[in-house]
Amino acid sequence: MTPIQTPSIFAPVSTPAFAIRDLSFFVLAIMAAIFLIVAGIAIYTLIRFGRRPTNPQAEPAQVYGSTQIELAWTVVPLLIVVVLFLVTARYIYGIERRPQPPDALELTVVGHQWWWEIRYPKLGIVTANEIHVPVSDAANPAPTFITLESVDVAHSFWVPQLAGKMDVIPNKTNRVWIEPQQVGTYVGQCAEYCGLQHALMLLVVVVHPKDEFRKWVAAQQAAPAEVPTAREGRELFASLACINCHSVRGTPGNGVFGPDLTHLMSRSTLGAGAASNTPANLRAWVKDPSALKAGALMPGMKLDDAQLDQLLAYLVTLR
Amino acid sequence: MNSAASRGRAGVIGFIVAEASLFGVFVVAYLFYLGKSVTGPTPREVLDLPIVGTLCLLSSSVTVALAARALAAARVTRAGFWLFVTVVLGLAFLGSTAREWRRLIVDRGLTIGTNLFGTTFYPLVGLHASHVILGLIMLGLCLALACSGALKAIHAERVELVSWYWHFVDGVWVVVFTVVYVIGR
Amino acid sequence: MATAPVPAPLSTPHDIIEASSPSGLAATLHDWVVTVDHKRLGIMYVVTGLVFLVIGGVEAFLMRLQLAQSGLTLVPAETFNRLFTLHGTTMVFLVGIPIVFGFANYLVPLMIGARDLAFPRLNAFGFWILLFGGVLLYWSFVGGDGLYGAGSAPAVGWFAYAPLTERAFTPGNATDYWNLSVLVTGFGTIATAINLIATIATMRAPGMTLGRMPVYVWTVLTVSAMTLIILPPLSAAQIMLLLDRFLGAHYFDTQAGGSAIIWQHFFWFFGHPEVYILMVPGFGFVSEIIPVFSRKVIFGYVTLVAATVSIGAVAMSTWAHHMFTVGMGGTLNSFFAASTMLVAVPTGVKIFNWLGTLYGGKLRFRTPLLFCCAFLFQFLCAGLTGVMLAVAPFDWQLTDSYFVVAHFHFVLFGALIFTIFAALYYWFPKATGRMLSERVGRWVFWLLVVGFNVTFVTMHFPGVLGMPRRIYTYPADRGWDLLNLVTTLGVPLQALAVLIFVINVVYSLRHGAPAGDNPWEAWTLEWATTSPPPAYNFATVPPVTSRRPLWDAQHPDDPDWPHE
Repeated sequence: MTPIQTPSIFAPVSTPAFAIRDLSFFVLAIMAAIFLIVAGIAIYTLIRFGRRPTNPQAEPAQVYGSTQIELAWTVVPLLIVVVLFLVTARYIYGIERRPQPPDALELTVVGHQWWWEIRYPKLGIVTANEIHVPVSDAANPAPTFITLESVDVAHSFWVPQLAGKMDVIPNKTNRVWIEPQQVGTYVGQCAEYCGLQHALMLLVVVVHPKDEFRKWVAAQQAAPAEVPTAREGRELFASLACINCHSVRGTPGNGVFGPDLTHLMSRSTLGAGAASNTPANLRAWVKDPSALKAGALMPGMKLDDAQLDQLLAYLVTLR
Repeated sequence: MNSAASRGRAGVIGFIVAEASLFGVFVVAYLFYLGKSVTGPTPREVLDLPIVGTLCLLSSSVTVALAARALAAARVTRAGFWLFVTVVLGLAFLGSTAREWRRLIVDRGLTIGTNLFGTTFYPLVGLHASHVILGLIMLGLCLALACSGALKAIHAERVELVSWYWHFVDGVWVVVFTVVYVIGR
Repeated sequence: MATAPVPAPLSTPHDIIEASSPSGLAATLHDWVVTVDHKRLGIMYVVTGLVFLVIGGVEAFLMRLQLAQSGLTLVPAETFNRLFTLHGTTMVFLVGIPIVFGFANYLVPLMIGARDLAFPRLNAFGFWILLFGGVLLYWSFVGGDGLYGAGSAPAVGWFAYAPLTERAFTPGNATDYWNLSVLVTGFGTIATAINLIATIATMRAPGMTLGRMPVYVWTVLTVSAMTLIILPPLSAAQIMLLLDRFLGAHYFDTQAGGSAIIWQHFFWFFGHPEVYILMVPGFGFVSEIIPVFSRKVIFGYVTLVAATVSIGAVAMSTWAHHMFTVGMGGTLNSFFAASTMLVAVPTGVKIFNWLGTLYGGKLRFRTPLLFCCAFLFQFLCAGLTGVMLAVAPFDWQLTDSYFVVAHFHFVLFGALIFTIFAALYYWFPKATGRMLSERVGRWVFWLLVVGFNVTFVTMHFPGVLGMPRRIYTYPADRGWDLLNLVTTLGVPLQALAVLIFVINVVYSLRHGAPAGDNPWEAWTLEWATTSPPPAYNFATVPPVTSRRPLWDAQHPDDPDWPHE
């Protein structure tokens, strides 16, 4: 049974998410106080003046207003709003204007219908749907700065435990930063309706200890080893239309419409969370993507069983 | 207070406010996209100042005011004359717009799909032109009623309200002219 | 003190014609179809809105069934996306607007002592174009597969963000159904707003200065003025979308340098004030009902009116709080956070005015007041979650999640719909001459309150736990299952409440207790004529000496006007 991964905004592990939580506690406290006071007055009023009156026919005293009271209950909320705004502005700028250290990890997330392209420009890594970053600690902060772009429609990048969401909009470049302080796997998903399979555009962020992250980078940078039994599958991959959309480093495949498959088997899901990445699911996906994710833009290539077997034998070597 | 006249005034003012808001958004879109076209001709390259059309349209505001004033003074023939002049001036403006569009489309190859300038230019100017057409229809009706003898001094208020609409359309042209032909170039 | 109803004298030719015209179903239908009477049009608006409320409710029910557990396949993705699009579009444009403007249609002339609206035929036009727009939108389900076989009912969300709505991403005619139907109904709304402003500005009874109008009429005036300013921008954006989709324009075509953000600005410049246009007349209902059932004058009329007008004005400067995550930058984010928090102040002030009215009163807990009481608590919650959302960094987590869905349902259902039920119970006797059952009313009230809160209080929590909106399913390992199940369980109670209400309405039309002119012992002008009013509303308009003309008439020794 998979462990519950609840991406609660109140379980932050990363600096901006911590900041937002702190701010939210302050705000919730004020709102709770207002609620208790006003609801309390309302309940008291309804009970006290809702009791059966001794003289129901006589009208009660007609009170037309009170300038003092009305002034007070306008000014006090106004003051609360002023305080709330000043605190809000401080957090807005604090989060937005975080300076980027020169050696910070940079990655680019490109939103597609309905998957995430992940690029590490300075490291030469291209992957999909899964982000790997090193953990940060107070002594050696290691924030990651993410550039967000879209090739089609508007999406939104949201991993609640790491940061507030930031939209991914075509013809606009947005930036967001995370600074996870705890090793682990954190989930998120697209948060702006982007069409048919918006619900299946999941995100996984894996936070590694620093040395393990280096190992991951090295593995991703390496080209996959050539396995002799996969030769037929590799040739099939190159001869079919696969290479028009997909890239595999070290092969003629350099398509950009679909995810980079160089290290396909290192990822935990297929189709941005449509299914877990097992050979059986992979076979089903390649045979007909729409069976696992209705309306997926990857076409079923109408392969027979023999071709599928060969192709699978190749794909599973892409670790 | 409960007179048809004041109701009509309130109604036309409300209508003009809504129309101003409608035009406002097209103006905002035009300004927003100024200079952002990826390809294609720029405003400076293809736009000439529509002096003649503008003069015709703005002077038609004067003539329509004269028409309304004449009718209020029960001088129906005079009102009809000025209505006629207004309609002619309005048609002249439309003619100059049509000529300009023909030149832009046929000679300069600028269509609504060419670039962002084309996308925002034609709807803005076209929306205005469609309002001119609407105004000319209403003025034409007033003119026809004046010619047939059905128009009387008691209708002065209604013709006045049509003239308010016409003044608004001219006012919009002042804005469009400034934004498209002055600022935009 | 209710006076015995005085039959209206047959004094005008119109009445003689009415009394002697043929009866029967065909004749009745004909009368209603050709009517330009504001009362009939008002009723037609409200009934249309209630019919669409049921349809929108069915759409919600289907969505909640699909989301009750993770990984369900009751409703496929495509259908679900159409359901939430239609649900939102229906509730805002085909339920909220018709009911709000329908009540305004019915009540405003009666409250100001006028015979009808300023432009009766324009009024009829507004109604029929609304009905046409609604039918057009729903025709999309029926109307076939569209040009490219891509389905018919729109699936772009009720705010139809670009560039998803461009032809490249949604071919076929589905989006065009959305675009055209909303565009067309918008024209009707603008026409009605013009009509109401002209009526209120020029047709008030002698003695009724602006300062003596009922608070409700002020709310109608405010939202009508807002409509004139903010509805045309939506129409403009929709015309631009039409041009993009049909004539190859590039307004929102990001592939050609167009901007996705500018659609959002245009839409929300309309969209945010729109929800105030829906809500503020609800405040007006409450401002009329609470005084009557407290037996007290409204506390602080002037500040209440000032708050109404300032809500209208400030609300038009808050729109981009829907866009805090778009990347506008700190300055704009701060400005819109500030303006959104600011608008909470006059809104909160109104709650205090209502509490001040209840305080010291002799409360009569009839159904209208019950709904107003639930409104007070639910609107308080809605407003407070709204202030949370105004805190932009907090919004960066909460927006586009089920938290914000819960928030706006608290505003539009917990607040607005509850005030509409209060208004229905309050004015049904005036419109029909019959009372709705108090006993059944309590059932409706409690079912609705419990059902609403079970669903929508619970709904806040999946949002806080990371569940985004507009998803047709969710993974089993997120921990959202139980909360979604509970959310769904509240729905049958709400459905039952509405069903019972509808049955009671139909029953009461024939068998309800006769209401008389003024069953609630209220003080505004509409209660000074028969129930239902005659076609001409008032045989003679009572003298308007204060904000409560009937109070003055009943209390000649203690009238209102020295205190105003």
